[in-house]
Amino acid sequence: MIAPVIEAVDVVKRLGRGAGQVQALRGVTLNLAPGELTLLMGPSGSGKTTLLSILGCMLRPTSGTVSVCGETTRRAGHGKLARLRRDHVGFVFQSYHLFPTLSALDNVRLALDVRGEQGEPAIARARDMLETVGLSHRKNAFPHAMSGGEQQRVAIARAIVGNPSVILADEPTGALDTENGRAVMSVLANIARDPSRGVLVVTHDPRVMPFANRIIYIEDGRIIGEEAGRAGLAAAE
Amino acid sequence: MSLIFKLASRNLFQDKLRFIATIIGIVFSIVLVSVQLGLFLGFQRMVTTMIDHTPADLWIVSLGTKCFEDPSLLDKSDATKALAVPGVTAAVPLLIGFTEWSVPNNGSTPVFVVGTSPNGLYPWHIVQGDLNNLSDARGVAVDQSYFGRLGVNAVGETTTIRDHKVEVKAITKGIRSFTTTPYIFAPLDSAQDYVGVPHNDISYLLVRLAPGTNVAAVRRALMKKLDKVEVLTQAEFRDRSRTFWLFGTGAGAALFGGALLGAIVGTIIIAQTLYSSTKDHLTEFATLRAIGSSSLYIHKVIVSQALLSAVIGFGIAGLIDYTIVRMTTDSALPIVMTPLLMIGLFALTVVMCVSSSASAIVQVMRIDPARVFRQ
Repeated sequence: MIAPVIEAVDVVKRLGRGAGQVQALRGVTLNLAPGELTLLMGPSGSGKTTLLSILGCMLRPTSGTVSVCGETTRRAGHGKLARLRRDHVGFVFQSYHLFPTLSALDNVRLALDVRGEQGEPAIARARDMLETVGLSHRKNAFPHAMSGGEQQRVAIARAIVGNPSVILADEPTGALDTENGRAVMSVLANIARDPSRGVLVVTHDPRVMPFANRIIYIEDGRIIGEEAGRAGLAAAE
Repeated sequence: MSLIFKLASRNLFQDKLRFIATIIGIVFSIVLVSVQLGLFLGFQRMVTTMIDHTPADLWIVSLGTKCFEDPSLLDKSDATKALAVPGVTAAVPLLIGFTEWSVPNNGSTPVFVVGTSPNGLYPWHIVQGDLNNLSDARGVAVDQSYFGRLGVNAVGETTTIRDHKVEVKAITKGIRSFTTTPYIFAPLDSAQDYVGVPHNDISYLLVRLAPGTNVAAVRRALMKKLDKVEVLTQAEFRDRSRTFWLFGTGAGAALFGGALLGAIVGTIIIAQTLYSSTKDHLTEFATLRAIGSSSLYIHKVIVSQALLSAVIGFGIAGLIDYTIVRMTTDSALPIVMTPLLMIGLFALTVVMCVSSSASAIVQVMRIDPARVFRQ
């Protein structure tokens, strides 16, 4: 059996204090396998983003355990959580969060720079990643001069340039039209074909379902169901 | 170019108005600090200019003398006693004092008379006339910067001091007094008449020693031989004068206070602009944290931004300082900039800017990286 890249067991997360406290997650257990694109779907307020923050080592669970590539986040301080993110996780955000003052190439390079990888090898690697997402011709463009789809693909290049085992994408097609959304999902699906890497996409956009190997449904902080996606079924056939 | 530096510089230059405000804050602060400290240095030099130009190994001064301008008097016969001490080769009398100079056709003005003797304190930077003619009993040397005040402007012109006729025999350049009262050099005997003291009264004895003499031993011997005097080295008298004018009068404290105020104002301005710049880029810093950057990496970005501001601000402030120094060179109180002061000012600028970034760093460290999912 292939070891999961992320393993969450009975994760509970309470947010806020006192009377305003909210239980965002109520005992979530899930595994993210490498070589798969998994969708996490659910309505607004269902706990998707909180779960993503916990799986991405940005938040610690109130109880339960999370392991990323075999390393637990239990009792991890800010420094260890940052290292886990740096070493194992790549993020793709709905709003891209590119640095407006940096070119596409520098935005991708940044993810290597924070890992201490600099100089010509880092530039070459960033250039390769832009080529992977089909944007080598836009390497000197600044975010404001790129379309939403292009910006999201730069964000994907930034997420994968450090060769992480896990890609977590939060509504990656949320701000894109159908064509750009499909292009972005194709890139993510290709990344998920890598047997050493798992991709988890949080979405409520049904247009992305054909790209999934697996779909997990969450509601009121609980996993309420799971099914194989069309890509998963095709692979099984 | 390092990506940290690129990110810092682009953050800094992105909002041009804020960048200009930051730089103006730094420049204002550094110019204020440098002018205050430059005035301090200038004042420090001005108050000892006479001592610095006096050829003496030891100064015999009245007990309790606070500075060169102190009006206390000695007995001229002390010179003979001093000369009897082994190792003393000369004991030259010097008189200083205030008097009134008759401005031709325009009343009178106070002047500070320096009564010179051969081998004693003589004027320097002679630009007109001959120093040898100053031994003429009526001869005086004046500085060209006081022509207007004194009503004379060339060698050979005459006037009176306390009804004693005097003639300008030499003109100097740059011998200015921080008290703004013009210095007048005259032969000792005449100076005693101008100041209105008996001819056996003098202000100081300038002691010269034979080469290789034990200064401490001579000093002890002089102290033993003479009553109610102090024997000071050139450096001691210089320090005493400086201490009196700079700290005894409060002038130094005022200059330091101004410098401190400049540094505080500058730090607050820079801190405020850096804080607001960081606040505008919070999402970017949150993204940096989300993608796993260490705290050190983020500190480097913010500190680079502060250092860049420091270098640009200091560069502009340096040019302004240079202009101010040039403009005040011939003034009564020139602003003095030394290489050491400039190095100190640069260090101060860096410290100011880096400490200003503390508030921005604290703000960034409090960011929840998960905010990137909410925006």
